[in-house]
Amino acid sequence: MADVRHTEYRGNIHQLQKELMQKWYERLNQAAETGTPHTASLMISGNCVELLEAFGVVPIYPEVNALQLAIRHQSLDPILAAEEIGYAADNCAYVKADIGCYLKGITPTGGKLPKPSLVLCNFVGCNTYVKWFEHTAVLTGSRLYVLDVPFLRLDEPSRDDIDYVVRQLKELVTILENITGKKFDYDRFVQAVRCSAQVEELWSQIKHLARRSPSPFDAYFDAITLMGPLYVYRATPEGLNFFRAALDEMQAKVAAGQGVFDQEKFRLVIEGPPPYPFFRTFRDMFAKWKACTVASTYSTVGGLWEFGARHDPDHPFESVAMHMLAQNVTNRNFLQRYEQIGRYVKDWNADGLIIHFVKSCRLFSAGQGDMRDYATRTLGIPTLYIESDLEDPRYFAEAQTRNRIDAFFEALEHSKMTATAV
Amino acid sequence: MDFERTFDIGTDLVSDLDFARVRQWKDQHPGGAVIGYFPVYAPAEIIHAAGMLPVALSGGGDRLDIQHADARFGSFICSIIKTTLEMGLREHLTVFDGVLFSSICDSARNLCFVMKRNFPALYTDFLHLPHNPSSAASIDFLASEYRRLIQELERMGGRPVTAEALNESILLYNRNRQLTRDLYRFRCQNPHLLRAWESYVLVRAGNVIPVEEHNQLLQDALAQLPSRSGRPRDSIRIVAEGAFCEQPPLDLIKLVEDVGCYVVDDDFAIGRSWFVEDVPTEDDPIHALAESYVNRAVYSSVRHDFRAPRWEGLATKVKQARADAVLFLIAKFCEPAYFDYVLFKKKLDEIGVPHLLLEFEEKQFTFDRVRTEVETFVESLVFD
Repeated sequence: MADVRHTEYRGNIHQLQKELMQKWYERLNQAAETGTPHTASLMISGNCVELLEAFGVVPIYPEVNALQLAIRHQSLDPILAAEEIGYAADNCAYVKADIGCYLKGITPTGGKLPKPSLVLCNFVGCNTYVKWFEHTAVLTGSRLYVLDVPFLRLDEPSRDDIDYVVRQLKELVTILENITGKKFDYDRFVQAVRCSAQVEELWSQIKHLARRSPSPFDAYFDAITLMGPLYVYRATPEGLNFFRAALDEMQAKVAAGQGVFDQEKFRLVIEGPPPYPFFRTFRDMFAKWKACTVASTYSTVGGLWEFGARHDPDHPFESVAMHMLAQNVTNRNFLQRYEQIGRYVKDWNADGLIIHFVKSCRLFSAGQGDMRDYATRTLGIPTLYIESDLEDPRYFAEAQTRNRIDAFFEALEHSKMTATAV
Repeated sequence: MDFERTFDIGTDLVSDLDFARVRQWKDQHPGGAVIGYFPVYAPAEIIHAAGMLPVALSGGGDRLDIQHADARFGSFICSIIKTTLEMGLREHLTVFDGVLFSSICDSARNLCFVMKRNFPALYTDFLHLPHNPSSAASIDFLASEYRRLIQELERMGGRPVTAEALNESILLYNRNRQLTRDLYRFRCQNPHLLRAWESYVLVRAGNVIPVEEHNQLLQDALAQLPSRSGRPRDSIRIVAEGAFCEQPPLDLIKLVEDVGCYVVDDDFAIGRSWFVEDVPTEDDPIHALAESYVNRAVYSSVRHDFRAPRWEGLATKVKQARADAVLFLIAKFCEPAYFDYVLFKKKLDEIGVPHLLLEFEEKQFTFDRVRTEVETFVESLVFD
């Protein structure tokens, strides 16, 4: 029987992350109070933050706001407020939490959030995004632009796909010029793209450190800590400094032979977003078994860089388009996600796969039973399928989830023991 | 043949899970291919011009037990996704050579790729329909997407899709949509002569029979309908909204009218009438089809056009149909419809149109609760 334990890796980067995110919220508060800087709501997946950076426009990520509320156990009230005006129990709870916050004047930090200068829906895969941003535009009265990104239905984007996105990015430039009153600064854009490419390289190196045993960090729970700066600051020198510090810290841990646990017993791949309202509880369910996540699909929502793709300052528009089209998990097709998991299992040397079905997100979850079938039969990896939600606390059955996780690890432990004995 | 039998034939076609008429077409067209498509916004004209039979997949209705698909799609996913996969897993789709999906919702999108893995011999493709109609780039992009589809169909052995062939197909489908609009107009003006379920089966029959036959069927029906006898009832005129993809059980449509409603307009089987005007025939018909999707497609919860909000479309529909109320019929777990309900409701409240929300599932056999709800709603309007 494994020990019951709580664990978390607390390094300098966690504090740095907190400071950076706080600073971001302060800038948003400033925008709300003074009208500057200009802001744009956009989606995390396949975001084009480099273009905003070229205009000094600060991103607002409603998803980050929603998850912050959930992790602080404050999501239910706004969800209920949204349901009162007609949202259904089966609508995405991220959307409901965000809309509910707007209705009730709640923010994750208690500070103010500005009315966005632009509601920029970067539509990458998730149809809910379009609805969400349309509703946001109706509620706030802000201008809406939907940047339509063709879904990656083939192995690679076609020339037509890339041209289509580039043409829209250029339309967006004109819109941003009108909103900010600034002429597009191409050099600043190139610099932002260069910065992103460097951050992506660092992030990729960090992720590859998890191939070591023991892994110096948990590539699901700790990766989420790093994801905030990745989205908000990727195209800035501050982001670059943060990820340099993060890589240094991880490399030092590797050099010292330090893992997340004193003895890493299981190496996992996790698919799907976490149950943010029970983030700590969920993490502890794995910590109890000294199970460390070595790779996760959720950490590639904002960008899939561990397989080599990068922004390219020599082709800034095309590479932003490629990022939106092909280098984020949400715009990649379901079978490409199967392949991604397969690579993780093999190259990151995993013992098991956890599939977390979240009720809110059909993009992630619809068909995950088939994914389990693939993982079990084709990859031959022990797989656990569990269901809850990423935002709505009403859908987390703690005892049932714990029982299933315990049973999975008991079986995994037994099979490992048996394999060793043989 | 007795005209009244037409509705029985339509009902049989709608509920046939073995696609007997499609098999019959294939027998009559050796080497002919059948392409199924998820039922909203599919370019049937292109499939037709390639000499293939386009067939809309509309789920399994209430006659299919789900034995395997639940395990593949889990909870909180709408029924049509599961019944479509189930039909594949239970070999109901063996007559199909290919299936087409498009970017209408996240569940349908993932289903496309689950189908691709589970049925590797089937040509499975996904069309990305543009979500940014205000961009000048949208039409060019969609035209390129249609050209890609044409290449795939030609590779499968379809005949070359020439401009001439495609224009001929466009004319046939324009005719089909015009007849469908005529049928809806007739029903709206004479709901006592054509019930909603009758109109529904007539229109939906077109999902599985060749467009040429369907045009004839609609034309004959339109000729016969005025001579039907029927006495106007004291019913509430309602618009049914929300069932654009997964279809409500036939018994539910019947029930709504049985308890005192005339369904004077609806979005059932909307894929059969997805352009509100004729697609122009021109030298570049691919461009015409793409331009028509961007500029003259009917609104629905899975098409986003911020130049013409969908809630304004609903308000116009209510006005034109002289409807007293709106009945939202939403498939359980259909997220696009749930989202739109919020803004639709807001608009209807603003213009003072009463509305009622009902959820349904394909496989639904008890309607007692629904009956009570609709009856109460009707009473509240009658005695208001």
